Amino acid sequence: MFKKILIANRGEIALRIIRTCKEMGIKSVAVYSTADRDSLHVRFADEAVCIGPPQSVDSYLNIPNIISAAEITNADAIHPGYGFLAENEKFSAICRDYDIKFIGATPEQIHDMGDKASAKETMKRAGVPTIPGSIGLLTDVKEGIKLANEIKYPVILKATAGGGGRGMRVVWKDEDFESSWDSARQESKAAFGNDGLYLEKYIEDPRHIEIQIVGDQYGTVCHLSERDCSIQRRHQKLVEEAPSPFMTPELREKMGAAAIAGAKAVNYEGAGTVEFLVDKYRNFYFMEMNTRIQVEHTITEEVINFDLIKEQIKVAAGIPISGKNYEPKMHSIECRINAEDPFNDFRPSPGKITNFHSPGGHGVRVDTHVYAGYVIPPYYDSMIAKLICTAQTREEAISTMERALSEFVIEGVKTTIPLHLKLMKDPNFRAGNFTTKFMETFDLSEE
Amino acid sequence: MNHMDIKQIQDLVKFVAKSGVNEVSIEEQDFKITIKVNQEPTYVTANIPSQMQQTSQAIPAPVAAPSTVVETPAVATPAADDTSKYLTIKSPMIGTFYRSASPDKPSFVNVGDDIKSGDVVCIVEAMKLFNEIESEISGKIVKVLVDNAQPVEYDQPLYLVDPN
Repeated sequence: MFKKILIANRGEIALRIIRTCKEMGIKSVAVYSTADRDSLHVRFADEAVCIGPPQSVDSYLNIPNIISAAEITNADAIHPGYGFLAENEKFSAICRDYDIKFIGATPEQIHDMGDKASAKETMKRAGVPTIPGSIGLLTDVKEGIKLANEIKYPVILKATAGGGGRGMRVVWKDEDFESSWDSARQESKAAFGNDGLYLEKYIEDPRHIEIQIVGDQYGTVCHLSERDCSIQRRHQKLVEEAPSPFMTPELREKMGAAAIAGAKAVNYEGAGTVEFLVDKYRNFYFMEMNTRIQVEHTITEEVINFDLIKEQIKVAAGIPISGKNYEPKMHSIECRINAEDPFNDFRPSPGKITNFHSPGGHGVRVDTHVYAGYVIPPYYDSMIAKLICTAQTREEAISTMERALSEFVIEGVKTTIPLHLKLMKDPNFRAGNFTTKFMETFDLSEE
Repeated sequence: MNHMDIKQIQDLVKFVAKSGVNEVSIEEQDFKITIKVNQEPTYVTANIPSQMQQTSQAIPAPVAAPSTVVETPAVATPAADDTSKYLTIKSPMIGTFYRSASPDKPSFVNVGDDIKSGDVVCIVEAMKLFNEIESEISGKIVKVLVDNAQPVEYDQPLYLVDPN
């Protein structure tokens, strides 16, 4: 087992990892930028090394500085958390070169899953359902219509150089194809200077449902069931829950098996997540694989009663897993509390927290790195706490969350707590009736 | 023995660090030496008769025990009366601090030396690369804040400089 782990991260996840290290009797090393000198993870770690100025590129993303910090503290492993260097192929490779165990995926796995096109190919070969579509760009309307009939309408034309929803057209029938083709190409050319288009099946009313997997160093992979992360704004998750209100035992078995097949295809080592889009007919399609621990790992921990960070460390240390899959025994919801003003276009609100009282009681977990008197620096992301509420049923988890949110006091900065309270009261949310489009039509006016 | 030279003190410190003993105190007629070793830096305080004093150079820490820090006797350091007007040279990197280019070469700078901006003042070794650290300020070295072969972090103060 490792003697000392350096945590190449900050904020709540750094604290999360330090906690598990303490429980396992492993020494922890925190790294911090000058802006994070007073951060909780620095205080709770056994040792701390300052690695640079506030800007992430010069500190938390600075590979030489982090490796140097591991050298001078004699750390034998590095946990990268999420974000920053967690899925950086070069960092994983350099750790390997310096004989420091990277608690995450190998450079090859990061590379394979990082490239969307190659990841899709790998999954396809493993028998995982992927979004049907054209192989490469479409040459003309005729080819497009032929393919659209093969994969069935509705389809979506997408600009290969595109982003931000530009150069996209949903087509519902043959008659509309040519005009959609022309306008998509025009828009794409104007926006990106490239009118190349490819075709994909359009997933109607998609839900974002992901499967947590764990693979050991000996080829065994298991799944820990799903998380529903459909409540998103601009592709940023706001609320996650496990199990998904849309799941059935049959779907879980199919999706779990697909996720395991995909992970085995790359000999995946560590904790990872396979993300799927699920349509209203309960067809599921591979979207991408995240080769790291995720923010919302917490709700899986609560419903299956396992410490996922501990599992990551054990797998990295060469301990085999049993291979058993785990189903949720409880219902858990996580609300990401950000220092943002939800009623003013989510404008970030850094500054000093003057008053902080976190909720408690049965079924309440708070993962946070902030405290009363803490100054939220403006250089990093705005998430300041995760509120996780767990109960035997979904209804009870929601009422626990409502109770906990109303007890949660954070003063001095604006937070998204009022938004989460609104969400918990929303009839569609309560009915489990939501897709990734939910936040687009949610009323964001202050009550 | 009625005095100890620097080499003997070095050997004694090495011995104490390796032995696992927490504190050693030796008192003779005309001198007294105390060596403490625990998680805190190792302090060597010794009253050495003035003719035995070396220059106020830091006694290099034993290579085998990186956690010990040896500081020169207080009497050898010039009294810093007003530190607020001094500037500090801080480390721009993380790694191991060295006073000289190699063990057999002299230190880049010593207390009392005049330096100008651009002068190499030390080496910080990281990832097997030896980086020469240049001063951004000019002035006179007042104090050396880190001992040879000690780890340093980003922004850690290395030298106190009087910019006169």
